[in-house]
Amino acid sequence: MSSKKEPEVNPAPEQGFSRRGFLRGAGATSGALGAALLDQQEAAAAPAPPPVTAAGEASITLNINGKPTKVPVEPRTTLLDALRDRLELTGAKRVCDRGTCGACTVLVNGKTNYACSVLAIDVQGKSIQTIESLTAGGKSHPLIPAFANQDGLQCGYCTPGMMMAAKGLLDKTPKPTYEQIKAGLGGNICRCGTYVGLRKAVQEASGTLRGGNNA
Amino acid sequence: MPSNFSYPPMEQRRLIGKRISRVDGIEKAAGKAKYNSDVRPSGTLHAALLHCPHAHAKIRAIDVGAAKAMPGVTAIELMAAVGDEINWAMAEVAAVAATSEEVAREALTRIKVDYEVLPHLVREDKLEKVGNRAKPAGEVVSGDPDAAFKQADVVHEAEYGIPVITHCCLEPHGSVAAMNGDKVEFWPSTQNVSAVGDDLAKSLGVPATKVHTHMDFIGGGFGSKFQADKWGVAAAKLSKASGGKPVKLYLDRNPELTIAGVRPSLFGKVKIAAQKDGAITSWDSITWMTGGFVGGGINADLLPYVFRNIPNRRINHTAVATNAGTSRAWRAPNHPQLCYLTQSAMDDLAAKLGMDPLDFFGKNLGATARAAVYESQLRQAADMIGWKQNWKPRGASQGPVKRGLGLALGTWGGLGHNSECRATINPDGSVVIELGSQDIGTGTRTAILQVVAETLGLQMKDITLKIGDSSLPKSGASGGSTTIGGVSASSRLSAVAALDKLFEVAAQSLGVAPDQLEAVDGRIQVKGNSSKNLTWKAACAKLGVNTISETQRFESRNPRGMSTAGVGGVQMADVSVDIETGVVKMNKMVGVQDCGLIVNPKLADGQMHGGMIMSICAAIMEERVMDEATGRVLNGDMEFYKLALAGDIGELESKMDITPDHDKRGVIGLGEPSAVPGVTAIANAVANAIGVRVPVLPLTPRNVLNALAKRRLA
Repeated sequence: MSSKKEPEVNPAPEQGFSRRGFLRGAGATSGALGAALLDQQEAAAAPAPPPVTAAGEASITLNINGKPTKVPVEPRTTLLDALRDRLELTGAKRVCDRGTCGACTVLVNGKTNYACSVLAIDVQGKSIQTIESLTAGGKSHPLIPAFANQDGLQCGYCTPGMMMAAKGLLDKTPKPTYEQIKAGLGGNICRCGTYVGLRKAVQEASGTLRGGNNA
Repeated sequence: MPSNFSYPPMEQRRLIGKRISRVDGIEKAAGKAKYNSDVRPSGTLHAALLHCPHAHAKIRAIDVGAAKAMPGVTAIELMAAVGDEINWAMAEVAAVAATSEEVAREALTRIKVDYEVLPHLVREDKLEKVGNRAKPAGEVVSGDPDAAFKQADVVHEAEYGIPVITHCCLEPHGSVAAMNGDKVEFWPSTQNVSAVGDDLAKSLGVPATKVHTHMDFIGGGFGSKFQADKWGVAAAKLSKASGGKPVKLYLDRNPELTIAGVRPSLFGKVKIAAQKDGAITSWDSITWMTGGFVGGGINADLLPYVFRNIPNRRINHTAVATNAGTSRAWRAPNHPQLCYLTQSAMDDLAAKLGMDPLDFFGKNLGATARAAVYESQLRQAADMIGWKQNWKPRGASQGPVKRGLGLALGTWGGLGHNSECRATINPDGSVVIELGSQDIGTGTRTAILQVVAETLGLQMKDITLKIGDSSLPKSGASGGSTTIGGVSASSRLSAVAALDKLFEVAAQSLGVAPDQLEAVDGRIQVKGNSSKNLTWKAACAKLGVNTISETQRFESRNPRGMSTAGVGGVQMADVSVDIETGVVKMNKMVGVQDCGLIVNPKLADGQMHGGMIMSICAAIMEERVMDEATGRVLNGDMEFYKLALAGDIGELESKMDITPDHDKRGVIGLGEPSAVPGVTAIANAVANAIGVRVPVLPLTPRNVLNALAKRRLA
């Protein structure tokens, strides 16, 4: 891609420089772009004035909750926006939208990730697990009843992110210490103040999971 | 009026007062709860807002031509006009609707606005620097404070401050709106399902009946989500201009923290006096605060907070108009700030007297409205935190990491709001309860189901509950801890009225008078002769083709013993402070709270923990930081606007002060009172630990180290 065109495909965001604009700009020049998408983008950017965006959406395939899923995205579309606005997977929430609060936490190749800070095109070929996977096939992950039993939620808006952070923790550390639980949930903010119940819920779910595995 | 509408006696309760898990817990934990920010009806357009970057400016010109011409843009709504004066940064200038959010955002960059930038004032912490932005409220005097100060054994004088903080609801403010002709379908994030549509209708100039509001779940409100707001109005107008397609418009995080509501600050010069035995004799305060440019104030006449009935006081208060976003009700409006100014000064006075604050606060309970309640709660909380064993005089803790204890007292009203509820019993035995209320995370759904199931002798799962829709019977907004009292009462009243009707029908079959019947365990039975009964289903089948539908209204002006106002609570904190780094660490916090009849102690604990954790955030971390040069909020994000995480809160213990006397007062709300004393208890614990007051919150390392340095220099 011609570097001269970069300012045109990456116009200044609303109030000058922002992380989101940077992220999207990075996406527009990412090597992960498919050839078709590149062509489309070049074509859109070619007639110089007036300034034109990285125009249009192209369909990519993401592996979401074990299923190959086609989704139309722009190069700058975050994984979170792809899930929420294009696939109706609204469990993950958009709160800070800059990788701080954890409300959009998903697992990418088994690791906790903030979906607001990952571009959809960058997770092609990777395994993406969202909160919706925890009730797939009519089976409920033990974290779900544990959160309800321990009242580890109030308004519930941080809850899906907390659930995925907790799942990421328990997948890696089936019997976490109390300190490991605090750290494992430490990338997620709850405003209602449900941490007391949350910490107990992870302990309960850990017990249930290990009981079930005869550990 | 239905018969025997009073709540059943404590010992006979089967569901009310039990630790029952919230009924929507599984749905929320599974990520299946649909919030209105998740709602995207078919054909939904996305909107984005253009904000003014200046704290004070006049609009010279706006050009939306290039934005309008952009493919995908369906409508542009100007939210400010040429010639308008903008009085705070991030104020709304225009909204754009487009086929995708990305396009809407890009269109914003093509709107040209020419501003004449004007001088701004964004900081209020130094009253002498605010010039003509000060609006003094006048002086209130009772007794003879000056004479009392002269005669006092000990006088303490100091300045204190608690800064502006934000609500930071995780679900931002906003809505989806679809406007066709004068009809609006409205999906806002609101604490006010029954009436938010009226507010929208007024702004749109349509009859209130034309707005239909829907909301199943809300991602936090804390007092900031009662109105339709400019964003709701803009969404509806953009929809209309886009041929009636739904428009989704939610705030980004920076405007959410900047213009969607904050809690007012409170600063003050406080003078307080006591006799040698600790009895407070006089209070004098000069306080000031800001609620933004046009925001609400603080009622300084409540000073000294909780201990208001002292013989002599003088109150001077000033509101400062700053070029900043407008304040809104924030969980327990006024109270945490007034508590801090009062009870940190009291704690300092106790230190000057050489008294244990537990004794000093106890000594002055006569100046409160509920001395016996507080006395008992102080005792209970002291036991929970081990005050007698662990308390040391201020500054006596040794080593670089100092440990301290602090306490504070709070109060709130919490009388139930007006609420109307319809109870329907169908011939097939099904029961439907309908009211236009909302569950803001407090567990309102669960409480209503407990009350109704208890009343009808059924299980909670037997009841269908409908809330969250403005076409249902009107119920009040969820603010001021008024919901649980209101909805418990209206659902109890309507369920009792419907049951009375069912008794009339069943009585004929059972050959007794209706007043001889009771509903127990899924049966309608004769009192004292339970073998003579009909199953619930059989009794309902007697209705034939008729349905029972009873609507009852609870009114707060005539609560009939189902709810009352006025509660007390005590919280205590145990902290460690590293005097080399200034880091404050929570060890433990305890709270004892009265709030009348507790419908669900499990959910009550959740409210208590939530109130305490919000207090930990406000005491140690939270502060809206304004930049004097640009007039903008420097930490309008969640990275630098600090909130507590799972490892930051220490251990929390809450105890609901359940006694027959409290229970008799009916159902009273808990959201606000739980969030009042904590900030001050923590601040007092820090002063106790490090031996010096950190006068202006939050208790960040910088403020703690500055307080320690000032003492060394003194």
